[in-house]
Amino acid sequence: MLKGKKVIAIGERDGVPGPVIAELAAAAGAEVVYQTTECFV
Amino acid sequence: MDLENQGTIKQLVDEHGAADLVVVLGAGELEAIKIAAETVTSGDPAYAGPLAGVSLGLPVFHILEAALKDEVPSALYEEKLGMYAMLYDSAELSTTLGGFRGGAG
Amino acid sequence: MRTFPVIREAALVLAHMPNLVRYGSKPFREVQQSNGELLARLRPRLRDYAAALAYLPNQVFLGNAAPEALKEADRPWYAKPVPEARRFGAFGEIMPEEEFYCLLRRADQFDLLWLREEFLRQAEPQLREHPLLAAAGAGEGAGGTKPKGRDLAAILAQIERGAAMPLEHGGEVVGCIRRAHEIDPSLWCEVLLENLATKASGALALRHLLQRLEVEPGAVSYLLSCSEEAVGDRYNRGGGNLAKAIAEEVGCVNASGSDVKAFCAGPVYALVHAAALVQAGVFENVVVVGGGSLAKLGMKCMGHLEKEMPILEDCLAAMAFWVGPDDGRSPRLRLDAVGKHNVSYGASPQGMLEALVVEPLRRHGLGLCDVDRYAVELHNPEITEPAGSGNVPRANYRMLAAIAAMRGEIERGDIDAFVARRGMVGFAPTQGHVPAAVPYVAHALPALREGRLRRAMFIAKGSLFLGRMTQLADGMSFILEAREEVA
Repeated sequence: MLKGKKVIAIGERDGVPGPVIAELAAAAGAEVVYQTTECFV
Repeated sequence: MDLENQGTIKQLVDEHGAADLVVVLGAGELEAIKIAAETVTSGDPAYAGPLAGVSLGLPVFHILEAALKDEVPSALYEEKLGMYAMLYDSAELSTTLGGFRGGAG
Repeated sequence: MRTFPVIREAALVLAHMPNLVRYGSKPFREVQQSNGELLARLRPRLRDYAAALAYLPNQVFLGNAAPEALKEADRPWYAKPVPEARRFGAFGEIMPEEEFYCLLRRADQFDLLWLREEFLRQAEPQLREHPLLAAAGAGEGAGGTKPKGRDLAAILAQIERGAAMPLEHGGEVVGCIRRAHEIDPSLWCEVLLENLATKASGALALRHLLQRLEVEPGAVSYLLSCSEEAVGDRYNRGGGNLAKAIAEEVGCVNASGSDVKAFCAGPVYALVHAAALVQAGVFENVVVVGGGSLAKLGMKCMGHLEKEMPILEDCLAAMAFWVGPDDGRSPRLRLDAVGKHNVSYGASPQGMLEALVVEPLRRHGLGLCDVDRYAVELHNPEITEPAGSGNVPRANYRMLAAIAAMRGEIERGDIDAFVARRGMVGFAPTQGHVPAAVPYVAHALPALREGRLRRAMFIAKGSLFLGRMTQLADGMSFILEAREEVA
């Protein structure tokens, strides 16, 4: 799902934040082209 | 989804093409996950942002889905996401997001 | 026995401002983009004062009901008005719009806010009956003589030439907020209204605090404002020191002050700084004050409109806390158990909770179950859920319980029980820094004094990444403890 893909990581402050998704996606062999964290409050 | 993010995603599709792009979500609640998934597949359900009426059809996953877990080195996964494994139903996430992925999920 | 500073008292206030909802950041932009169409949809969904007063989460915020009341009450809360709701509560009050407009005017020293003569004639006497604002000259500050009310034509002329935004009440224009500079966005009317709203609501909270303590304004040594607004001009955007403006407004003539800013975690930082200043003997006492956030009004209005609900984000909320040396009776703020989020922890929530909760407890040989009650982000879920933003306190409590389970301090199957026992339902309006754990201080103080609680922990998070200067998360925590030596 991730290896060799270009990943857009949309995290959330009260869920899993963007940088955490990005780190894991990169470790899985993806290229992270964008990562962000949404804060709903 | 935040309007700026919608604009950025649209730009990224223009720049990279949709073929290799994958959206990975981290939202905490099912409702928020569904809204984000809908936004990057069939368009902004709130009809407010740049993706209103735009069907990008991007493959969308949640970082806590089992299919993704298998691709991440397990020690790193445990360190970063071990806590969440107790809180989320990975199968439920897969079913929910599978619906947005159509046959691809 | 080592002594620690105490929080002697807390005050919480609301100002019900339905006609300012349109100037919240989200509605403001949407109204502009829809050419006003949204405003027509918003208006019929705004609550009147009686509805906001009888709204159970607001009564909990004011201390007329315990947070536990929300656990038992069926939703939707807005459809079940509290029968004997009171304006003045154990912690403060919910002020009606017409009075708060007058308070905004009193807080204005630069002729920014104009109100109509007829409106003032009707509303000002109401304010003069207010137990805390009756004193002659209250709030007149150092602004000199206030100009009289304005006539409608003058107000409309200001609005017409784009130099002011209308202030409405009861379906008509009752005044306007004027810009202070034509080309400096930091001094445009929308920004000045934000800043004035923060100043006036923060000052109101401080007045309630002083009344509850029965101390004169002159007794305050130092103020820390943890309000989020960026007071300043274009050369000093966010320059700040709203603390001093609030001190002046309330007549704290022997006080100085400054601001502590850290997004929503600001109030917890400010309370820790206040306690440290007292502990070090720098100041005899420090008041922490947080004013209301106009920008957050109507933030989830699109969700509320879609679900055909009332617009629930119609109140400014403000708070004030008195931090002083050990008085032998108030709950102590354990400065030796403050949790901080180091840079190395990055953005991981797991790391955040380790840093803010596990580590400070471990320092004292304690575990997560040694804290009777946790206060996290206390956003009212009835506001956030209809907009697809989830139940923020519940998400945070569940993460806390998961950490306890990972550490083997509770069984995995007891996560929900941990949340039910040591958490609470969110009762605070979505006013940014205000819901960030600290409103529960007002509820916890009597509970800790009366022995209903031994130890409460306050955990706040700040979304630093929103400012685009770092991807880091942030947060801080402290423990309030009952008198007997526990740790």
